[in-house]
Amino acid sequence: MFKYVLKRIGLLILTFMIIISACFILIRLLPVTEAAQFGQDQQLIENRRELLGYNKPYIEQYFLFLKRTLLGGDWGLSEKLYFGQEVWGVFVEKLPPTILVNFYSMLLSVPIGLLLGIYAALRKNRWQDHSISTIVMIFVSVPSYIYAFLVQYLLCYKLKLFPLQTNEGTEYFSWGMFVSMLPAVLSLSFGTIAGLTRYTRAELTEVLTSEFLLLARTKGLTKRQAIMRHALRNAMVPIFPMIIGEFVGILSGSLIIEEIFGIPGVGALYINSINGLDYNFFMLLSAFYTLIGLVAGIVVDISYGFIDPRIRMGAR
Amino acid sequence: MDDIKNKLTDSQFEFVSNVDISHDKKFETKPVGYFRDAFRRFCKNKSSVAAAVIILILVLYAIIVPLFMENDYTKSLTDTEYLQYTKLLPKSKLFSWAGWDGCEEKTINENVYNMYRAIGVETGYDPIKKVVDSWRENGSLYYKIKIDSYYALGMLYKSLTYDEYEKIQAWQNEHDIQVIFPAVNTSSFTIQSNKENANIWYEIKNNGAPKLDADGNIVPLYLQTGNDGGYHSKRVADDDGTFRYAKIGGTIDAMSYNVRVSKYNYFIYKYGREPYFVFGTNAKGQDIFTRLAAAAQFSFMLALFVSLINLTIGAIYGAIEGYFGGLPDLIMERVTDILSGIPFVVVTTLFQLHLANKVGPIVSLLFAFVTTGWIGMAGTVRMQFYRYKNQEYVLAARTLGAKNARIMFKHIFPNSLGTIVTSCVLVIPGVIFSESSLTYLGIVNLESSTMTSVGTMLANGREFLSTYPHIILFPALFIALLEISFNLFGNGLRDAFNPSLRGTED
Repeated sequence: MFKYVLKRIGLLILTFMIIISACFILIRLLPVTEAAQFGQDQQLIENRRELLGYNKPYIEQYFLFLKRTLLGGDWGLSEKLYFGQEVWGVFVEKLPPTILVNFYSMLLSVPIGLLLGIYAALRKNRWQDHSISTIVMIFVSVPSYIYAFLVQYLLCYKLKLFPLQTNEGTEYFSWGMFVSMLPAVLSLSFGTIAGLTRYTRAELTEVLTSEFLLLARTKGLTKRQAIMRHALRNAMVPIFPMIIGEFVGILSGSLIIEEIFGIPGVGALYINSINGLDYNFFMLLSAFYTLIGLVAGIVVDISYGFIDPRIRMGAR
Repeated sequence: MDDIKNKLTDSQFEFVSNVDISHDKKFETKPVGYFRDAFRRFCKNKSSVAAAVIILILVLYAIIVPLFMENDYTKSLTDTEYLQYTKLLPKSKLFSWAGWDGCEEKTINENVYNMYRAIGVETGYDPIKKVVDSWRENGSLYYKIKIDSYYALGMLYKSLTYDEYEKIQAWQNEHDIQVIFPAVNTSSFTIQSNKENANIWYEIKNNGAPKLDADGNIVPLYLQTGNDGGYHSKRVADDDGTFRYAKIGGTIDAMSYNVRVSKYNYFIYKYGREPYFVFGTNAKGQDIFTRLAAAAQFSFMLALFVSLINLTIGAIYGAIEGYFGGLPDLIMERVTDILSGIPFVVVTTLFQLHLANKVGPIVSLLFAFVTTGWIGMAGTVRMQFYRYKNQEYVLAARTLGAKNARIMFKHIFPNSLGTIVTSCVLVIPGVIFSESSLTYLGIVNLESSTMTSVGTMLANGREFLSTYPHIILFPALFIALLEISFNLFGNGLRDAFNPSLRGTED
């Protein structure tokens, strides 16, 4: 197990380094966009670029970049969006709204998804199951931004329950902020609830037909006891890693939902950095998204081993 | 071996025993092949069949509509003519009874109400379908009315050349439809915006309210003096021959005829049909119905291309991995591990930054999809190869001397075709979803005069979500329908090809 984890982490670092290096090279190959504008001193720009090390050979720049970022945590200064500010500082400032919205969404969707899935599995092939499965099929397929439009139009505009956009400012835990985040939370939740319901139903129906459950019933447990003590526990083995993986994934948020509801989070920052060609932000956020994806993958795999000791990780 | 085979002829063989040993009855029924069997199973799944039908309809829509209905009107982005026909509501002649009639409820003040009424009186197209309510508030009168957005188009001042002026007149004679309406004597208007408003053709008070005669009717204020370049065409009903139909400006060399045209009738003149759009028009005046079809066509083409390229690369890669196993498999798996670690949005962005200027946004988007897209397909093919490579028929083929490539693509690959086709189909909704998200976010820009994508349409409709929701409704509906039916269809295919898998994944 320990060896397996080490191996996975080693692979993670390798993958991460390769991707970061590729990003770095590709970004450095791009033409310099700082054109001379009216009222700007070209010499000043040149001097600044010289000082920041843009004129050194690429190899030297690359090692300098690795030393600064990975060892020193210094991702450079913003060149366009927040001119002169530390990229890392701005990024950390933007994280809380993203995390909060996604955290609320998880908080809402995990219990509902699990309950619906369990209910559908217990009522398998009856009308309750059929209607839940049909609705889930629809909700799984429809992209989240369509819910966002619906929520924004119906709940925010027609019924005026929520503000159209998320509040600005940094009071993330105030009631007003919470209410203004709810539309985004709702839009994110529909898909997650549906996905979780489907998965839970599939796992639980499989467990319910297994032989050890029949044994549990024969030895005198009531149906309720058998389900609570045996079926649910076993069904949770594949479900929990998925939820844990999603919790890691909430850091990265949803680009499109953040854009629609004007959440001042990392997603919006990423889009702005692309449209504004602010390469230092782009580097940092690319690294960030890559790392989140990789870590989520590892966490899912390893948590299988912790949740169910019968699964030997890395065993052939 | 080959020498012996060539030397032997059929006549040299003889049966060991001539007794017919098979006592089995010959099958009366036709044998059922793999695909036939799968098709039969697929047809039993009603929701998948329905999904397949919906997909077929959507594909036909995407193919046929741009072929037959797309014209200059729907394509061009910069035509100033149809900037006059923006944000019209969906109107269908067949379903107008169901509220699909291009009408909306609006609250307006008295002056605007009178203006709409005047449009109705002059053109004969009364925009006010129903007065729902009227009330007084702070001394002014307000109306809540149901208004037809097409009839409310009203009038427009247009500057024409002599040729255009004559052409419209000739057309008017031919079709007996009034396009050019009499010019207005604006000299009594004190406010500039009233002078420029082509919809005010009646006497008004200083506050913009119409002066009414004793019977409560609007008093026309048509121009009766000056030169209108010899207007010789259809005249309005109460014209005694004194009304002037144009104001002449410009120089003697290049005279311009400033006329009042009815936007509704001008559309008929210009495009040869009455203006009604089943899906309405967008903020640039383009017909959403044909525009969406063009977008759908693009999305389908892109998805199909990506799916096929992924299939090719993934099949070859996965086949090599799965068939040889061992060290090649290990190395190739690490490569896919690394590639799959890159977030898709980062790949797309990098391709856009580097390639979009050189080869265009579509090709670079295609590259982005292909760079990481084949990994899933390779994984599927690899699993299939692991499953089949030790089966007896493979061993038999190898014993008979078949080469590796032949075993891989002649023997194993056809057997795993069902699974591969299924994952190929399931790639399509994913591609369309990603494309629409990326274009929506503006990372990829596909908007041009001849092309659009569903994501672009969504992004353009976003700012009118609260005021004109129909602009975003139809693209959103399209993509929702598409995603649902493709998922249902894909699941149906999977169940049909692998009956043993049924119910475990959905």
